[in-house]
Amino acid sequence: MNLVAAALPVLDPVSPQAAAISDLFIAITVACAFIFAIVTTLVGACIIRFRSKPGDAEPRQVYGNTRMEIAWTIAPFLLLLWMFFMTARGMTASNPDPVAGREPDLIVVGHQWWWEARYVKSGVITANEIHIPVGKKLLVRLESADVIHDFWAPQLGPKMDMVPGHPNTIWLQADKPGTYDGACAEYCGNQHAWMRFFVIAESEKEFEAWEKNESSSARFHLVKNLPGVDSRIHEGWNAFHEMTCANCHAITDEYPTKVSTPLPNAAPNLTHIASRRTLAGGVIENNPANLRRWLKNPQLIKPGCKMPNLSLTDEQVENLVAYFETLK
Amino acid sequence: MSESIAKVPHDESLEHGLLGWVGTIDHKRIGILYLVTTLGFFLIGGVEALLIRIQLARPENNFLSPEVYNQIFTMHGTTMIFLVVMPALIGFANYFIPLMIGARDMAFPRLNAMSYWLLLFGGLLLHFSLVAGGAPSAGWFTYAPLSETPFSSTKGTDYWVLALLVMGVGSVASAINIIATVLTLRAPGLTIRRLPLFVWMVFVNSILIILAMPALNASIVMLLIDRQLDAHFFLPANGGSALIWQHFFWTFGHPEVYIMALPAFGMISEVIPVFSRKPIFGYEFVAASTVAISILSFGVWAHHMFAVGLGYQGNLFFAASSMLIAIPTGVKIFNWIATMWGGSIRFTTAMLFAMAFLVEFVIGGLSGVMFAVAPIDWALTDSYFVVAHFHYVLFGGTLFAMMAGTYYWFPKMSGRMLSEKWGRVQFLLLLVGFNMTFFVQHFLGMMGMPRRVFTYPDLPYWGALNMISTVGAFIMGAGMLVLVGNIVMSLLRGERAGDNPWNAWTLEWATTSPPPEHNFDRVPPVQGRRPLWDLANPDKADWKFKKVEGGDPSFGKNRTCMFSFLVSEAVFFIMLILSYLYFNSGKFGGPTASSSLDAFKTGIYTICLLASSFTIWLAEKYHHRKQFAAFRGWLVVTILLGVVFMAGQGAEYVGLFDRGITVSTNLFATSFFTLTGFHGLHVCVGLVALAILLGLAMARDGAKMIAPALGTIGLYWHFVDVVWIVVFSVVYLKILS
Repeated sequence: MNLVAAALPVLDPVSPQAAAISDLFIAITVACAFIFAIVTTLVGACIIRFRSKPGDAEPRQVYGNTRMEIAWTIAPFLLLLWMFFMTARGMTASNPDPVAGREPDLIVVGHQWWWEARYVKSGVITANEIHIPVGKKLLVRLESADVIHDFWAPQLGPKMDMVPGHPNTIWLQADKPGTYDGACAEYCGNQHAWMRFFVIAESEKEFEAWEKNESSSARFHLVKNLPGVDSRIHEGWNAFHEMTCANCHAITDEYPTKVSTPLPNAAPNLTHIASRRTLAGGVIENNPANLRRWLKNPQLIKPGCKMPNLSLTDEQVENLVAYFETLK
Repeated sequence: MSESIAKVPHDESLEHGLLGWVGTIDHKRIGILYLVTTLGFFLIGGVEALLIRIQLARPENNFLSPEVYNQIFTMHGTTMIFLVVMPALIGFANYFIPLMIGARDMAFPRLNAMSYWLLLFGGLLLHFSLVAGGAPSAGWFTYAPLSETPFSSTKGTDYWVLALLVMGVGSVASAINIIATVLTLRAPGLTIRRLPLFVWMVFVNSILIILAMPALNASIVMLLIDRQLDAHFFLPANGGSALIWQHFFWTFGHPEVYIMALPAFGMISEVIPVFSRKPIFGYEFVAASTVAISILSFGVWAHHMFAVGLGYQGNLFFAASSMLIAIPTGVKIFNWIATMWGGSIRFTTAMLFAMAFLVEFVIGGLSGVMFAVAPIDWALTDSYFVVAHFHYVLFGGTLFAMMAGTYYWFPKMSGRMLSEKWGRVQFLLLLVGFNMTFFVQHFLGMMGMPRRVFTYPDLPYWGALNMISTVGAFIMGAGMLVLVGNIVMSLLRGERAGDNPWNAWTLEWATTSPPPEHNFDRVPPVQGRRPLWDLANPDKADWKFKKVEGGDPSFGKNRTCMFSFLVSEAVFFIMLILSYLYFNSGKFGGPTASSSLDAFKTGIYTICLLASSFTIWLAEKYHHRKQFAAFRGWLVVTILLGVVFMAGQGAEYVGLFDRGITVSTNLFATSFFTLTGFHGLHVCVGLVALAILLGLAMARDGAKMIAPALGTIGLYWHFVDVVWIVVFSVVYLKILS
């Protein structure tokens, strides 16, 4: 049973909200299986008992039976009544309404085709990987920057649409440390398939360390890697700010930028890009080789994504990769 | 009844060859055209399904680009729903309803032909998008704002809208025709309560179509106005609402699910009794549960929207209503089983498909009940679990029923039997292939695989289950090829069928196979629900054991037609009025009704339009009294009043344009121009019809001949006035805000 559950994330919950759904699913499935068993038994009995044999006369003509009709109207009704009460209870357990006026802990914004996560208190902004402390029940506000997306982490709770102009909330909680898969469940265009994310649940201490690192600006790494330890890093920094990268991507550092500030969150914030596991919504693992391929031509790896092929030279790519690798 | 038949023009030269098929208005030929066309589209949609399954056969596959994949799954859904299931069921209805009620043809043969050609050209229009910049790729429910220009910039969605409008008009026309046929052309003795269940269910279904399709038409017209005229209905960035699209679409979309199921239920209700050798168990309950399903189907749309954040009360209401619909559906299942119980079952291919339908449809129905449990929906909607669910309903259910119908009725249509041997082969292939393809998808959904992904990461078991699903799809594909082969072989050298190869009981089996052009030399007497049983077993005739009373109100053909049409039009305007009310309830910048409309001036034009309702009534009165001069006079006055109204609306529009207010200005302008514009269009159509009437009335003896048309057009004209009273009260007098 545990093995089966482990293979089916919906039945392997790690939060009370997801557990409520899983329990409900099992109860309703058992009830449905019971009805299904009745129907198939009856059909099977007809097949075996009432097969026509050659020379059979026409069977007795029966037109109906009102009592039986009433029976098979009332019985399902009672079953549905039970289901309805289970539903009402399950709704409260799996997606309880937040107390009015409660501020969200986390804002997740869906973009074509990546996730932006903003931590309200610390001001941390990250993409595609959501770190949470184990056992804490976080209120998440779900928004969209363009079309409708849907936030779905099957082991953590119900899914919820991210509708432009209609923010929703959801509770996010994991009672066991681990990395949990999530994906966009509402078709949102070309690269809907590669709009995946992770929720990383870690101990309070680890989470605080992560949050502290994420709130730091990138200056620290850059200074440490100066002066002239690796000139490519510096060249990469220059390239990032001189070319169009900085129009969409933000990197928080304390060096004066040479171009205007980027559009707010048009693309993932790269301040700590090197600490993430995957690139571009889960399409490739994050390592220098893949980063190189990505920068060379993102359209080959994630066709249709909003990042154009910038026709970078090999040297520019090397410099950018060297710079990005410092952004831990 | 017979007067309508006499009027069908008969041209011998048109009977043979290709031109005979193009020019035909015979319901049997039109029915065959429908079925051949839908089989063609089914093969296209099937190939699309196979392409989808090849791409998904293994993780991170590169067989199709995401762009192409998204177009293919959109086309697959649109094709299967609008070009296969719906029209195929209409095709069966077209061929068999007149035969089953002992009629010579449909009530309006020309309208019938028009419906078919609209379907064909709608389908071609949809596929023309392929050469006009790319097929639509926003999915079959085309959620806004993804479907709006900023996110779908190719012309695909525009073609999708236009094609659906064309087909939608065709479907409504078919439904009106079916309603009029069933109400007015039944053989003597065949009362409403004695209708074969297939006819009854198609009849109820037609009412569902005229109520549901206009909701789709209104929604897609608004989408088209957004896309082509820069309006803002569904663009949140400009104040529009993404959720209103969903509410409007599913107002149509959920009844649509039953539109695709009820006629299939009807086929099952014909096939199971005949091959069990018993009458349907609980006829009244099977018939009444159909009505219950239809009514409930309009109160459940938001169960498609549990995950959009409707709030606790909303979710709970729609969970309850969706569960209720399981009751009448369950009643049907139990009655079908009770029909088989104690019977003498012949396992023909048709019966095999019908029995597989029972089991598969129950699986799809039960997973449907699970989705009514909102928290389960939150876990599994938009995953492969839902893909499995609706394929169990539409393929395992409807398509298996249509296969049962095909094997049952093909001999009547062609005069030749389909091979039972190859039928069994096809049945086995479809049964194994179907369950292999879709059963595993339940598990993929529970593993977290979202629907509509062009590929997926290599997570444990995902690749293996998807591969099983793909292999199953190819087995189904082989099954469909066996059907095509079986049909061809049967047409070439199939066994002769005779009039009644299954020893069945409804009227279509009382004539030759295929039936002659006029259908019946003589319609047998009808005293109950199974006239041929009564004829064959006079001592055990149904009416001796279970009397079904006759006595129906009589309906006029033209008025039934116009009334059905106006009901459908009313739904269209209700949607537009609701959208006006919704979009003008919020706050936004720019012009509003108060700042830009002149209720007094428009009030004067309104009085003109209302007066025209009175004058057309006078015209009808004088026509009835045969005072044709006075009749013509009042008709002219009616037209003049209508023209004054239109001139007033024109002047109002010009005034607004002068102040820079157009449909793209803001939400008020968007909804105002759409609502009043469509009303104006209706007035213009009415004026054209009145002008034609007047022209005919001017001819010698013309005034006498237009009597039937006058009544129906009068009805239409009154309707247009009533709509305006509502529009005027809502928009100008603001009675609801």
